Amino acid sequence: MPQNYVPIFIFVALIGVLIPVTLLAAKLVRPDNPNKTKLMPYECGIDPVDHARGRYTVRFYIVAILFVVFDVETIFLFPWAVKFKALGVFGLIEILIFLVILIVGYIWIWKKGALEWV
Amino acid sequence: MAQYFTLSDYSMSLPIILLTLFALDILLIDLWIPIDRKWFNAVTAFVGVLVSAAAVYLRIQRPLDAAGLPAQTAFMNAMLLDHFAIYFWYLFLAGAAIAILMSVRYLEIEHEHHGEFYALILFSVVGMMCMAAGIDIVLIFIGLELMAISTYVLVGFLRTDRRSNEAALKYLLLGAFSSGIFAYGLSLFYGLTGSTNLVVIQNRLAREMAGQAHANPIAVIALLTTATGLFFKIAAVPFHQWAPDAYEGAPTSMTGFMSVAVKAAAWAMLLRILIWGLAPLRPVYVPLLVFVSIATMTGANLAALTQNNLKRLLAYSSIAHVGYMLLGLVAGDAHSPMADGIKGILIYLLVYTFMNLGAFAVITSLRQREVIGDELDDIAGLYSRAPTEAVLMLIFLLSLAGIPPLAGFYGKYFIFLSLIESKHYVLASLAVLYAVFGLYYYMKIANAMFMREALDKTRLPISLGMRTALWISAFATLVIGIYPEPFIRAVNWSLGIAQVGPVASLVR
Repeated sequence: MPQNYVPIFIFVALIGVLIPVTLLAAKLVRPDNPNKTKLMPYECGIDPVDHARGRYTVRFYIVAILFVVFDVETIFLFPWAVKFKALGVFGLIEILIFLVILIVGYIWIWKKGALEWV
Repeated sequence: MAQYFTLSDYSMSLPIILLTLFALDILLIDLWIPIDRKWFNAVTAFVGVLVSAAAVYLRIQRPLDAAGLPAQTAFMNAMLLDHFAIYFWYLFLAGAAIAILMSVRYLEIEHEHHGEFYALILFSVVGMMCMAAGIDIVLIFIGLELMAISTYVLVGFLRTDRRSNEAALKYLLLGAFSSGIFAYGLSLFYGLTGSTNLVVIQNRLAREMAGQAHANPIAVIALLTTATGLFFKIAAVPFHQWAPDAYEGAPTSMTGFMSVAVKAAAWAMLLRILIWGLAPLRPVYVPLLVFVSIATMTGANLAALTQNNLKRLLAYSSIAHVGYMLLGLVAGDAHSPMADGIKGILIYLLVYTFMNLGAFAVITSLRQREVIGDELDDIAGLYSRAPTEAVLMLIFLLSLAGIPPLAGFYGKYFIFLSLIESKHYVLASLAVLYAVFGLYYYMKIANAMFMREALDKTRLPISLGMRTALWISAFATLVIGIYPEPFIRAVNWSLGIAQVGPVASLVR
């Protein structure tokens, strides 16, 4: 049905108009006095030391991967904690199985020395 | 709130649970094993596979038969344990067992003998079992990812070898991409039917298709994207480019494992999805299958003719075999798949497991301390270096080519038969023609083994594990070829409920 697309076209037209208008309005209204510090790339408040394509040590990757694994663990723990009462013993056992598998992984990376910053 | 899993769910998935436990166990034990005792991990993994197979028999197959049930569902209809799933489970476990036997000495030679190798093989088998038994697309997809991620790591297991690293990276990138496309197609089916269960998807698609001349265009797009993912996983021709590279770079025993178990798992998934879930779309996907299978047979057979690397050659040959197997799905009229074709696919996968693993076992044993051993020149004169292995290799090669008294013949026989019965004469003649191409490049290897002088005249040492693997494969190849009756019966048994009727009544 072509008439079903009418709202979509209205949206597209609105996007085409609204964004330039907002940007232009902001440009006209805001005070404009750039300085060197303001134009620096933002890096958590620290002065950038090198350009972003520089190489850095592979250990960061290991830390990042380990972080992701245990981060995902938390993602699974949250909904379980929220629904703890409804899930009862069943949920407790299931989450314990999940944790045991992760703990095996934890022991493994520990013994392999992945947690040491050599 | 609905009822959660019951004890019978866990009992039904006991083989999977046991394999997981053994894999975790290997990871932990490996930490305390000195470097020269690493073979112990292989023993643990082997025992794990045997225990799991015993669990399949005792906890699932026997109770099912005793109760006279065709199938049972578990985990809120996510898992369907029927004879089809059990058949594939045995197949995966057999493939894993032979691959473990092949790996022990090989990994020692490569100086990469770590327990993680065996743990990852077991984890990937866990994923395969979920794929074969899954009837819910979420479970199938999780199984697929578990299998694929384990395989990516296994392909790159030779950490100091550039080829292995390159293969793993290519496989990872293409595999992740195709999984994405596959998941997109599945999500469209979920959007169309409002369910992730294949049986429900099938019912709703059938209802929607009823009385309509053409399929819903969105259903066609969903089918195309899903099929792209499936064809990638089985390495059919427009999506096969990863296979030769990944097979060449991977540790040789792993290449064997990938070409049989991983491929069989992808086939189990493909059959489940195309025959169960998307059966109403069969008129749409049959032309697609015809195109892909012709392209696969042509491309792979022509490419294999010029290969001089054994692993690459067998990679192309395994792609060509996928082309023949796809023909089994084409057979039948536009609305019902013909049982003979599906039977042919299952027999093909069974015999392919043994003959291909056998061939890869011989290539694996060529790897020595100073010799990489995967070129055609390395196998030259094998008859004078290791006569028994050369003869066994000849058996595997003839079987791969489909010569009658050997197992490979029956795979091709049933597929070609089903094609002729369903009056696809042109396709059948094409397939037979390409089988002749196959004979040429397999005999090229045989020619090198028997007719050419060996570059290195020393006797080839064969380890005990390797010898066991070789004999098991050769025994299976010969027995299935000479006395196929029980195996054909096993396949009939596994297809006993391939018709949708009884399954549909099980899953409401």
